[in-house]
Formats: sequence, structure tokens, C-alpha cells
Amino acid sequence: MKKGIMRPGHVQIRVLDMEAALKHYVDLLGLIETDRDESGRVYLKAWSEVDKFSVVLREADEPGCDFMAFKVVDEEALVQLEKDLVSFGCDITHIEAGELKDCGRRVQFTSASGHCFELYTDKKYTGKWGLKEVNPEAWPRNLTGMKAVRFDHCLFYGDALAETYDLFVNVLGFYLAEQVLDPNGNRIAQFLSLSTKAHDIAFIMHEEKGKFHHASFYLETWEDILRAADLISMEDVPIDIGPTRHGLTHGKTIYFFDPSGNRTEVFAGGDYNYPDHKPVTWSSEDLGKAIFYHDRVLNERFLSVLT
Amino acid sequence: MRHFTITDITNKEEFNCRENEYILYAMQRSGRKCIPVGCKGGGCGVCRISIISGTPDFGPMSKLHVTEEEKNSGYALACRIKPKSNMSFECAPKPKASTNQEASTNLQLKEVSQ
Repeated sequence: MKKGIMRPGHVQIRVLDMEAALKHYVDLLGLIETDRDESGRVYLKAWSEVDKFSVVLREADEPGCDFMAFKVVDEEALVQLEKDLVSFGCDITHIEAGELKDCGRRVQFTSASGHCFELYTDKKYTGKWGLKEVNPEAWPRNLTGMKAVRFDHCLFYGDALAETYDLFVNVLGFYLAEQVLDPNGNRIAQFLSLSTKAHDIAFIMHEEKGKFHHASFYLETWEDILRAADLISMEDVPIDIGPTRHGLTHGKTIYFFDPSGNRTEVFAGGDYNYPDHKPVTWSSEDLGKAIFYHDRVLNERFLSVLT
Repeated sequence: MRHFTITDITNKEEFNCRENEYILYAMQRSGRKCIPVGCKGGGCGVCRISIISGTPDFGPMSKLHVTEEEKNSGYALACRIKPKSNMSFECAPKPKASTNQEASTNLQLKEVSQ
């Protein structure tokens, strides 16, 4: 959190059919609907999150990710970050408070990889869903599906990874947690973090800019991942891979698709970092094992199926 | 329930599809592999085909991969169409993204120069 950016705040995902999307994100994944707006967007959150929403769904002709946002500690830090982004050469778009309901002003910019990001400081604090503020119970009843605990990170595909690294590490204050290097030492995957988590955002090298690989949600245990897989089969939802483990981050995982073809991950566990930790490195010759630790081969979909 | 025969004219493979079933799902159910399988949600464009004969019902699919114009000339994503008759098709993967980018840049340049 070197520059005052605390954590991932929200992601806006485009879907082809809102009703079908809500079956996925609410009934199956277990997010909770918290609001809707005049333009038809639906606001969702996971139960353990303290702010009003972390996922916004927007109906559109093309699926994919509109933007991912990070929450900044205070206005002073936001103003400084804005100046730093401009000096770095980013074009800034100011989004007024209230454009997303109960969210303060947002500062929007695009990375060299072609992805849109936002910074903001204020969002309505609604507390953990279904729990009392004082003497909270362990978890709320009446959760649905996989009972996702929190929105955790996104993986994006695009080119210009070095410039994107520069932006995220030197301007925004992320650190490199894990990486994949090719034989010439070029970074083809970068997992970046603000916290002790193995990643708050990740990028993988791809010739086309601005592609969305997945949004990921945290579950507590391997048993929860197995239960998620059972639900995926019960609902006949397209599965990508899993349950398995990643080499990178060592998280236990399953990938599946929403009804518009956007990939969703639920994962459990994974490595942690402190500031004295060196980045974890995988070599591209072992990319299969780095991505899917048990199969040790990549499926073609992991590299080519994107929105 | 009605069943229809779906034919890949490139390699003459046939499979059976129920009237309420997406043809990509029917292909997988019958153990065939003639169409590449992606997200199965109309998003990634991997299962793009060109319909040679027959009529489908179209579900929502990404305009990035099948524009309205392309849809009218018979292109579709196999994961989002259900048959209303026997059908034949050939796979029609989109050219690489970079090629599209190049084509679009060339088009823009052409427009500017005119």
C-alpha cells in the first residue's frame, strides 16, 4: 500500500443477458444483490465485504470487463496519485460521485495493456452482510450457491506488460509477488499485490490488448472448491478446468464460465508475502505446471478463450 | 421432442441435436470434436461457424465475433444456436485479432486518405 491504494474495490462486467447473469452471479456464485440503477446496471457484493458493492453487471452486446477499481485510503492520496498518473503520461477521466450509486468520485485511466482502471476513496459502508456490527456471528445464514466470501482479483490479458508493470509498481505502489520469465528473461506473466495476498491483479502476455481472462472470488477451503464443482455440475454450467491447484500462488481453484462467456474463478488458500519476500519466479518452459499444477499442461482454452 | 441432423460439411461428420439444444452442446454430447469448444456462452468466438443450410434459433452472442451483418449472411457461434431444421455448416474461425486490428487500421487509413 505504498502509495495509498488499499485493495481491489469493484469490477464492472458486461453481460449479454442480465437475467441469465444474475442466476450465475447470485444463485450460483452466491453474491448478494444490493441495488440497481436507471441504466439497468445491477450491483452485487460478497457477504464478508464491508462496502455496498464489489461487482457491477452491465448488459451489453459484447461481454468482457469495463473496468476494475481500487480503493484509495483518503482524498489526499487520491489527489497525489492523480498527479503521478498524469506525470506518468496517463490520460485521466474524472467520473462524478454518484455515477455509480453510493460511490464517490472516480479517477479513470487506461494501462498500456489496454485495460481500464479506476481509483476512488468513498463508497457507502454497509458492513458485512447479514452480521451484527457488535458480537458478529461466524457467517450469515441464507447465503446461496458457493457462498463467495469476497471479490479477490482479476486476471487480464494484453501486451505491453513492461509498461504496465511500470505503471502498477512505480506509480500505483503495487509490488511484484510472482512472475513467469521466458528464456530471455522477459516477463510474460506478472502477479501484482498491494497486500500480503499473492495477487490483487495479474497480467499475462497476449498479442491483443484489453482482454479479460477472469474475475476471481475467494472461498475458505478445498472442501468449498469441491462443493463449488458439484454445484457447477448440478447446474450444467460450462467448466474450464478444475478442481485443481495452481503452481503460481499455489491456490486451489476451479474455473467456469458465466452465461455470456466471461470466466469466473473461485479459489482457496494460496501463498502470502511480506515486504522482505522476493518475488516467486516460474520459467515459461514449465508454464503448464505453473498454471495447472496437477495436469502440468495448459489447456488451449486458458490461452485463447477470453472476453 | 424433435431431433435434427447437424452436418459438418468439411469432414462429413454428422451428429444429432435436440430442438431445444445448442448445437455445440449436442456435438460434445455425441462425442464429436469437429467444432472447437470455448466458453460456451457466446463470448469468446472460438466456435464460430458458417451455416450452409438450415435454420437456427439465435441466442445472445458477442457482436465482436458475429456482427449483425455477419449473422444475416449465415455466421453464428455454435454454442448459441438451436436447430429448427436439419443443418449443415463449416467452421469459420475469425482471423487473428492482430490481423483484424491491421485490417481496421488500414480501413481507417483509407477513410482518412479519401
